[in-house]
Amino acid sequence: MPHEGGARPVAPGASHFGDESSRQDAAHLGMWIFIATEVLLFAVLFTAYAFYRLTYPEVFQQGPAHMDVFLGTLNTFVLVSSSILVALAVDAVRGGKEFVSAALLALTVVMGIAFLSIKAAEYAKHVRDGALPGAWYAYEAFAAPGANLYFTLYWVMTGVHAVHVLVGVGVLVTLMLRTLSGELGARFHTPLELGGMYWHLVDVVWLFLWPLLYLA
Amino acid sequence: MAPSHDEGAPLGPSYLDAERGLWSWLTTHDHKRIGVMFLAVLLLMFLLGGVFALALRVELLTPGETVMGRLAYNRAFTVHGVVMVWLFLIPSIPASFGNFLLPLMLGARDVAFPRLNLASFYLYVLGAVMTLWGIFQGGVDTGWTFYTPYSTATGRDLLPVLVGVFVVGFSTILTGINFITTVHTMRAPGITWMKVPLFVWALYGTSIIQVLATPVLGMVLVLVALERVAGAGLFDPARGGDPLLYQHLFWFYSHPAVYIMVLPGMGVISETVCAFSRKRPFSYRVIVWSTVGIAFVGFLTWGHHMFVSGQSTFGAGAFSLLSMLVAIFTAMKIFTWLGTLYRGSLWVSTPFAYVLGFIFLLFFGGMSGVAVAVTSADLHWHDTYFVVAHFHFIMVGASLMAFLAALHYWFPKMWGRRYPEGMGIGTAVLIIFGFIATFLPQFLLGNQGMPRRYADYPESFQPLHVASTAGASLLGFGFVIVAIYLGWSLRYGSVAGRNPWGSEGYEWLSDSPPPEFNFHAPPIFPRPPHEYGPPRADGEVDHAA
Repeated sequence: MPHEGGARPVAPGASHFGDESSRQDAAHLGMWIFIATEVLLFAVLFTAYAFYRLTYPEVFQQGPAHMDVFLGTLNTFVLVSSSILVALAVDAVRGGKEFVSAALLALTVVMGIAFLSIKAAEYAKHVRDGALPGAWYAYEAFAAPGANLYFTLYWVMTGVHAVHVLVGVGVLVTLMLRTLSGELGARFHTPLELGGMYWHLVDVVWLFLWPLLYLA
Repeated sequence: MAPSHDEGAPLGPSYLDAERGLWSWLTTHDHKRIGVMFLAVLLLMFLLGGVFALALRVELLTPGETVMGRLAYNRAFTVHGVVMVWLFLIPSIPASFGNFLLPLMLGARDVAFPRLNLASFYLYVLGAVMTLWGIFQGGVDTGWTFYTPYSTATGRDLLPVLVGVFVVGFSTILTGINFITTVHTMRAPGITWMKVPLFVWALYGTSIIQVLATPVLGMVLVLVALERVAGAGLFDPARGGDPLLYQHLFWFYSHPAVYIMVLPGMGVISETVCAFSRKRPFSYRVIVWSTVGIAFVGFLTWGHHMFVSGQSTFGAGAFSLLSMLVAIFTAMKIFTWLGTLYRGSLWVSTPFAYVLGFIFLLFFGGMSGVAVAVTSADLHWHDTYFVVAHFHFIMVGASLMAFLAALHYWFPKMWGRRYPEGMGIGTAVLIIFGFIATFLPQFLLGNQGMPRRYADYPESFQPLHVASTAGASLLGFGFVIVAIYLGWSLRYGSVAGRNPWGSEGYEWLSDSPPPEFNFHAPPIFPRPPHEYGPPRADGEVDHAA
């Protein structure tokens, strides 16, 4: 035995963390690192955007004119409001108001679905116009060289973002059910905080996509 | 397997015996078992990549067609490259030895996220199966780099391979997140940052690269997949795109990936060099900060893969200079290892033989790296066997030697058994000699103008190719011997005891093999991890064994 003095037996199956606060620290740190990886994932797309914007400056300035700025802006409001709701949900669960928290999460989920629906309506319009990515691009109103790349990037960037929104909605639904079942509450709410962080990330990414694709 | 008997009665079942049956392994959250499972799959991948390496060397034995046609050759080197880089070298040391040792070395009971750790293993297996299935059913012939526009134009079905490598990348990211979090939050009381073992520092640096670089690779692979499915056009000049963008993004990951491969190896060497010189590291801080330095500078060197791509002169010069910076940090490390060896009480063992091999080969490979970082010289050597020899010196000579050193050094810790030391040293010499015989001729071939990725060559290159193939055969033979005696020792090796090397590393404070939760009692670490006593006046230090 290496350390006889003051040795206490380690119960098998017990938490491998010394205490609850270091467990929460670890969970938060892990989530922050994960968010960093997500940022780098999108960084590739922003790099490609910057590169092709330098190559085709006119096209990337005219591109937003072919977008539905109203729907894009509406979506920004939807997402930012949902981010506020998630923050309120985290605050509510910390204060022991599990039901309020679950209700706020439900509202967030509704907003996430609203975002995706608006996005789908936009996509449907692009499909009608033929403003499709890559080889399928057939948008006659905007046929300058490089316009296809603008729309390819638009589809890839918003598409990858939409996948994240979809995942986020799934996460929030799970968190809502766990809150309602009493698993998450004032004493233990780390998963809800982490889910909230993820939803804020989704929001922040959109706050960069919106000006680049709709307003530039 | 019996736990050690040399320090009284066994204190409890080891991680190997704590639970029995295949199911208990497949569902385990124990970082040690996950490390062992990674090791088993990784060795399988190494075997596969090695078999194809030998097939390539056989084809190159004579000019013209020896055993396979040109398309088959392209497919074979793609299998070799994809398997060795994506499925073996990148996960090798972190996923196997890192998983096994990192919590032990920090006095923790497990990594921060044990379930995520198991998920990482299954993602790796899933990705590996997809990649291999894709590569064999599609006959992929792009090489491991998937360069556009060839990768988007080739008739081979590339999609499963792209998705498979993407999934393997996800596994790497999860391991990286787990390690960084563990180092930050799970250190036992008393282990301050400047008492963290050097191997853990190396894994920490590696994890940062993994976490920051791998998502970039993942997205690039998605874009190539889109290019194939939807003709996305981002990398296709016919649609206004630029294939060079692919190269920039690809090498932004894949150059740091070299440091993902070599940094953990440097960590292994930093541990073993202290253990077998019976000395403290020459400078703990220099080793730590050069690790961080390599991790940082590694991100700024990718452009040296594109010196001949029409890059601006200024860009090429900047990347040339930044690439050379890596050599400075590497030189600092080599200097500290040599400083540790100097006037140490050297214990010539199998891991130590690999340490010497590592230092020599890394030095040689590193210096040839400085040579190819010089833009004017690179014009001559670009895409020749000189580059092949250079990166094999780093990726095989350094990463693989360190892997073998780790395999031998921690063998008693992992299994509680020892292997025949004489066999080990003899085989190490054989492997190092075989390695030099394989790749030294390739420097000469490259300098004479033999291009890489070619199945055929003029008559005059044959002697050097024969030498290289002969060396590769020795190398392969050496690995077979290692597999035989280590496999034999798993069962019949003598019982090792807690600390057969007399090492001062924290991991040796636990039993060999360690119990399920690593330590029977919460460990207390009052001293730094490499606290070998000061040498006596006559320069002698006791061997603990």
